[in-house]
Amino acid sequence: MTDPSRTEAPRSGPPAGGTGARGRTSPGERWASPQMREHLRRRYRAERRFERAGRAAIGLALLGLAVLLATVGANGFQAFRTTELRLDVFFDPQVFAGLDTASADERDQLLARADYGALVRSALERLFPDVEGRSARRALLGLVSSGARDELRDRVTADPSLIGTTHALWVLADDEVDRYWKGEVSEDLSEGERRLSDEQLSWIGGLAASGRLRTAFATRFFTSGDSRDPELAGIWGAVVGSFLTLVVTLTIAFPLGVSAAAYLEEFAARNRFTDLIEVNVNNLAAVPSIVFGLLGLAVFLNFFHLPRSAPLVGGLTLALMTLPTIIITSRVAIEAVPPSIREAARGLGASPVQVVLHHVLPLAMPGILTGTIIGMARALGETAPLLMIGMVAFVADVPGGFRDASTALPVQIFLWADSPERAFVEKTSGAILVLLGFLIVMNGTAIWLRRRFERRW
Amino acid sequence: MSLLLLLLATISVLAGVGFWMARRRALAAVAAGPARLRSLPGYYGWYAALWSALPAVAVAAVWLSAAPTVIRSLTLASVPAASLPHDPAKLELFVNDVRNIASGGIASASADEVALRAADRYAALRRRGFEATLALVFAVGVAGAVWGVRRVRPELAARVRVEGVLRLALLLCSTMAILITIGIVLSLVFETGRFFDKVPATEFLFGTHWSPQTALRADQVGSSGSFGAIPIFVGTLLITGIAMVVAVPIGLLSAIYMTFYATSRTRDVTKPLLEILAGVPTVVYGFFAALVVAPAVREAGAWVGLSVASESALAAGLVMGIMIIPFISSLSDDSITAVPISLRDGSYGLGATRSETIRSVIVPAALPGIVGGFLLAVSRAIGETMIVVMAAGLAANLTLNPLEAVTTVTVQIVTLLTGDQEFDSSKTLAAFALGLTLFLVTLVLNVAALSIVKRYREKYD
Repeated sequence: MTDPSRTEAPRSGPPAGGTGARGRTSPGERWASPQMREHLRRRYRAERRFERAGRAAIGLALLGLAVLLATVGANGFQAFRTTELRLDVFFDPQVFAGLDTASADERDQLLARADYGALVRSALERLFPDVEGRSARRALLGLVSSGARDELRDRVTADPSLIGTTHALWVLADDEVDRYWKGEVSEDLSEGERRLSDEQLSWIGGLAASGRLRTAFATRFFTSGDSRDPELAGIWGAVVGSFLTLVVTLTIAFPLGVSAAAYLEEFAARNRFTDLIEVNVNNLAAVPSIVFGLLGLAVFLNFFHLPRSAPLVGGLTLALMTLPTIIITSRVAIEAVPPSIREAARGLGASPVQVVLHHVLPLAMPGILTGTIIGMARALGETAPLLMIGMVAFVADVPGGFRDASTALPVQIFLWADSPERAFVEKTSGAILVLLGFLIVMNGTAIWLRRRFERRW
Repeated sequence: MSLLLLLLATISVLAGVGFWMARRRALAAVAAGPARLRSLPGYYGWYAALWSALPAVAVAAVWLSAAPTVIRSLTLASVPAASLPHDPAKLELFVNDVRNIASGGIASASADEVALRAADRYAALRRRGFEATLALVFAVGVAGAVWGVRRVRPELAARVRVEGVLRLALLLCSTMAILITIGIVLSLVFETGRFFDKVPATEFLFGTHWSPQTALRADQVGSSGSFGAIPIFVGTLLITGIAMVVAVPIGLLSAIYMTFYATSRTRDVTKPLLEILAGVPTVVYGFFAALVVAPAVREAGAWVGLSVASESALAAGLVMGIMIIPFISSLSDDSITAVPISLRDGSYGLGATRSETIRSVIVPAALPGIVGGFLLAVSRAIGETMIVVMAAGLAANLTLNPLEAVTTVTVQIVTLLTGDQEFDSSKTLAAFALGLTLFLVTLVLNVAALSIVKRYREKYD
């Protein structure tokens, strides 16, 4: 065995019981000799070095975590705030020409199709009357999000009596304005390096000076689906998609996993077949998740022709992936129930199945649930298998059922992280914060369950 | 979906009625006389419920799995053969159109009168088939329930029967694990076989040029379509290697520090923090790698005068290493704490310092477990997808320089399969060949790791 600390020791200096000092000196003298002291000092130095290395290792790991969380937190916090712009919108009756004579059906059509962009444009031009030229006007219109039109439409559809009146309304600003107003665009950049021109910046300055800009809580981020425009994009569609997916995963993986664990722990004879099942379970727990995605693609999509991008298929695929985890944790929980419980139940005349159903499983349930929640948390954070079954499609609608095209929270994060617009960086971080929030709640519940209900026998 | 729910509702209602009647019959049979039931009354109920539900479920399952094929061939048979496209791919498109129109969806532009008529037929067949199934399920359910209820007698061993069915069901659940493995192997092997029909296996395994752009049309230029996977394997190993260089020392040392040096207060704080590190989804690590680490690595490289690719292997490997630290740390922790305390005490008793004890006694004794953990970590790094998809490149450079961009097996699988290629192209099939390679390599690593860990555990028990 090679020992670094010993090879470091000086050749001349005698280690304890070394050859050089044998016989002539007493043990006390030997320990007090300068070589020995030096040797001891070296050993202690090595000891301290080792401890420092250990401390540094932990420090590095935690540093990684800290930087990660700080980056996500600092960016993600911004996603929860959005910039709004106050416009005095005149609901010009000319835009809604013909509304008085229209029938009820035509009325709805007219209201839905009216040129709300013109309302936004004229409101802006009234604010900045000296803006001339097509490109300047387009730049001016660029300050307002394209979602402002939809906002006006929703208001007018809800209350047609607005037509002909002027209202001061807060509408969403464009994502670049949003970033500038939050201070995310460096002031030192030259005009060519910015997305906003100097002219636009001066308009923004004018708006700010007249109190027409404000930062508000980004309700939209939590209530709407995906969008190509960063300021309109929200995570609700992804959250619903993830929820539907997990519902499918849970309804499949939980009963299957607990049954399998109960069989393996309580009923299975020790034979080759059982060993084979065990080897399979243990291996599947370590198979890369993307392989499960390939399985889902080949089996559920290409063989069973289930709909692509659907939470149903995503849930099935994730169920196959979490099944081994649930089996393993459930087995541990079932194993922890002491044999005396089983023997007492048997002694009172319960059949083996009754022992398991009436006594072992209820007692093991806290442990099983803990394992299941942890498995579900893993499934919630999983992305790769979902990419394989087509859940990466751009889906703007909030899914309404298990067969609707949908996306999931981690996939949404992946999609936004891939988007070129800088404003998606904060959206991505915001979505990550929401995802981490869900994971913390789930894992916290698992820990609470364990503390509250698990018995030490 | 609602059809499925209707079937399920029918089956459950019938089973419920069967349960109730059988239970009542069992109780009535013993109410008057001296006979006693062999099982609890509820078991007689379950007995009839199972008789009602199981055959009905079987009928429904047969229909649900056979319906698409049967309806498809019946529909096609109704269309005059002359108006059907001969090309199998076009036929598939036609069938898809028919299906879409029948479900009230949008058909592709090529849909015509023939397709519309076929769609009507398709919808009618589907409706009739479903009605027939529902009737059949109902009949079978009623018959089963009646049969089950009529067999109820006090001396019937209902509990034994019901429990037998239950145990069989549990056994079937536990064979799921085998079925999943078989499913993985079959689907991967099947598609890989089709891939090797188009591209020779030797080219895939030993070729050094990877450029999977296949032509969409035969006359298209720019279709290189070479499938030599060596650069991908090398890239995967490079990134895995970097990750291991980061994770193994840090993970191992932190496990040692936690067990031997840290005060219990430090441990109470750091352990949960490391668990958080383990619980962060990989897509978050990927985002972190692409947003923070890759630019930082590039700037650091520029600062010392090296040109670093913006999607360098180093950045992806570093972040993957951070991800794997808690994995290595917890597995090493397990094997270190499994070393009997007597070995440690013996070493201290001989005058060794803590670090000497750790280096010459504990780590050698725990080595099998540590190696097992290392192999599992390698397997995880090879199979890790999101970090490399988001932070490593797509270009298959054959290089060992960590500052250049390389690509990995998982990145290629994702890029090959998330494109718009038709499914049978060698491009998408190549993804399955890569998937099979990935599965086999990780399988070997896992089996090796698990057997090492298992053997080691037996040594000290």
